[in-house]
Amino acid sequence: MIRWLVAAICICVAATPVFAADPLEIGIGYLGHAGIKAKLSLVEQPAENDGVAGAQLAIEDNNTTGKFLNQHFTLEEVRLKEGDDIAKAATALADHNGFIITDLPADELLKAADALRGRGTVLLNAGAIDDRLRETDCRANIIHVAPTRSMLADALAQYLVWKQWKRWLLVAGSHDQDKLYADALRRAASRFGAKIVQERTFEDTGGARRTDSGVTLIQRQMPVFTQAAPAYDVLVAADESEVFASYLPYRTWDPRPVAGSAGLVPASWDAAQDQWGAVQMQNRFMKLNSRHMTALDMQAWTAVRMLGEATSRTNSGDPKTVFDFLKGPDFSVAAFKGQRLTLRDWNLQLRQPILLVDGRMVVSVSPQEGFLHQTSELDTLGIDRPETKCKLH
Amino acid sequence: MWRDCLLPVMAVSLAAASPAHAFMAYVSNEKSNTVSVIDTDSWTVTKTIKVGQRPRGIEFTRDGKFVLVAVGDDDKIEVIDTKTQQVVDSLPSGPDPELFTQDAAGKTLYVANENDNTVTLIDLEKRVRLGDIQVGVEPEGMAISPDGKILINTSETTNMAHFIDTVSRQVVANVLVDSRPRFAEFKRDGSELWVSSEIGGTVSVIDPAKHAVTGKITFEIPGLRREAIQPVGIGMTKDGKTAFVALGPANRIAVVDGTSHAVKKYLLVGQRVWHMAFTPEEKYLLVTNGVSNDVSVIDVGAQKVIKTIQVGELPWGITMAPP
Repeated sequence: MIRWLVAAICICVAATPVFAADPLEIGIGYLGHAGIKAKLSLVEQPAENDGVAGAQLAIEDNNTTGKFLNQHFTLEEVRLKEGDDIAKAATALADHNGFIITDLPADELLKAADALRGRGTVLLNAGAIDDRLRETDCRANIIHVAPTRSMLADALAQYLVWKQWKRWLLVAGSHDQDKLYADALRRAASRFGAKIVQERTFEDTGGARRTDSGVTLIQRQMPVFTQAAPAYDVLVAADESEVFASYLPYRTWDPRPVAGSAGLVPASWDAAQDQWGAVQMQNRFMKLNSRHMTALDMQAWTAVRMLGEATSRTNSGDPKTVFDFLKGPDFSVAAFKGQRLTLRDWNLQLRQPILLVDGRMVVSVSPQEGFLHQTSELDTLGIDRPETKCKLH
Repeated sequence: MWRDCLLPVMAVSLAAASPAHAFMAYVSNEKSNTVSVIDTDSWTVTKTIKVGQRPRGIEFTRDGKFVLVAVGDDDKIEVIDTKTQQVVDSLPSGPDPELFTQDAAGKTLYVANENDNTVTLIDLEKRVRLGDIQVGVEPEGMAISPDGKILINTSETTNMAHFIDTVSRQVVANVLVDSRPRFAEFKRDGSELWVSSEIGGTVSVIDPAKHAVTGKITFEIPGLRREAIQPVGIGMTKDGKTAFVALGPANRIAVVDGTSHAVKKYLLVGQRVWHMAFTPEEKYLLVTNGVSNDVSVIDVGAQKVIKTIQVGELPWGITMAPP
């Protein structure tokens, strides 16, 4: 059946090398927030176009392919400001775009998804890593391209266990998302046989991120904060709020490596990734944007490329046709990760290898060798089918 | 710079080497920036030639006098003189050349430039660039039809085989294949074009006249997960009866019936097998194993691996001297 379809499409393509008709227009929206979330490290400050820059590159890639298929992709970007109505913004974008890439916090993404329910618009979550969006709060109109916290935590845990660094000192921040990341790390530790020897909380007492006399103080604070810990192999930090983790490497009381939110960090992408043909991608991105490519850029790129893949295979820009293909058994996308990426059919999460990076190099890529799975080794990362609480309807 | 100093030394040491009647295979070592020369009589490496950065695509000129090797990180193709076994010149490709092919007369070279979405045409006699053809994202595989009329280029992110008219230099047809098409090979009689899809895990069989996929070859190896089966290089016997497909990190070569397209056998070779070349009489097939840094020799008739030869780091491409 599929073979016939492929053949049929190819004949169509071949028969019309010169296109007289107007190209098939495929509109993709991009919905995110204005402004950036500051990082502790100056070199890691996100650009204003973090994320959308990846989407733009994928639009170019899709349009290069589109030239041969008479398909044309456009990107419409909407940035929300404080107090903007998310449902209204999403609905307005959906008026002329069948697909919307989102970089939104979990609750806002749910509002957008529920506002568009029944409209046939397909949302692609490029920014939110919350497991609950794929579990109890899953929605049938959202594809998740961003990895989950549990996938990131599992990827890190597999490596630390492989390295025989099984005794962890877990330090978590005091904000909600830090606690969620700490939960994911605890789950990962118990899944893969690591032991959390002690947990500490780093309270965010506020204050400026950078001060003229800052480093001296940090140099005194961090050793004191980490002293008198039980014997441990690695300090694992959960600090999505960017309050303290980046201050830990080289400053712990005991000479121990740091992982998690600083040191060895699990991520979907990194500017240092150069395996599996990734250099071409990094070069294309650099040429277009004059900066390095971040994980968020890659997640948005992948989202737009998934749509390009589906529109070229189905020869259609109809959201339902495209969505059905993406959810079907024949979909896979290549994203410079050394293997095909596919969707988990139970919650529409993209399966993907996770890089472990130190800010300069890719140290390793998980899943690690030896972590086996009956379906896909990528399903050793994150919440698997038997444990899922998601019911798509 | 230091290569310039090294070359005279090499030339001196080479004068002693005598050209035997054995066949010579040239292997590009992606990581060590060298080309290993293998003597197929003794099955030993007789020479290691220092080349530019990241050598991958490698091919003899039709007259057998030169070996061309794409050194991607230097954005050019180097020319090795097979007599002196040293780099004597370079050709102006576009950025990051990877694979290339030449017409039957050996006059025009077609180069896939991964970074630029173009195929570059080079006049081999004058060694000048003739022009570029725009293709899809990340052009890679290159093949020319036996009648010389059609050039095939595969683009890795666009997932197509582009059919290019060699006279008008226009793209005349595009055929969608599975993800990340890396290599294209025609049957000698021109009846079929095979394209391997590394991420898709398949080989598409295309009817070159109809520009349509007429069949797909899939691979299943017990105990190996589907993601590890990544078809790359393809080699077909002249009679079109038997094909060999390198399966990358599956560490195997699939032996495929050229007529029925059924997979007959899997031959275990080294780690991450990339590309291959037959000896001219098709008695042996040599395949490069990227991760294990060696070349496996397959007895084509017996369909058995008979030998392993250590080469440089991360061997990638291979080409065999014409008889």
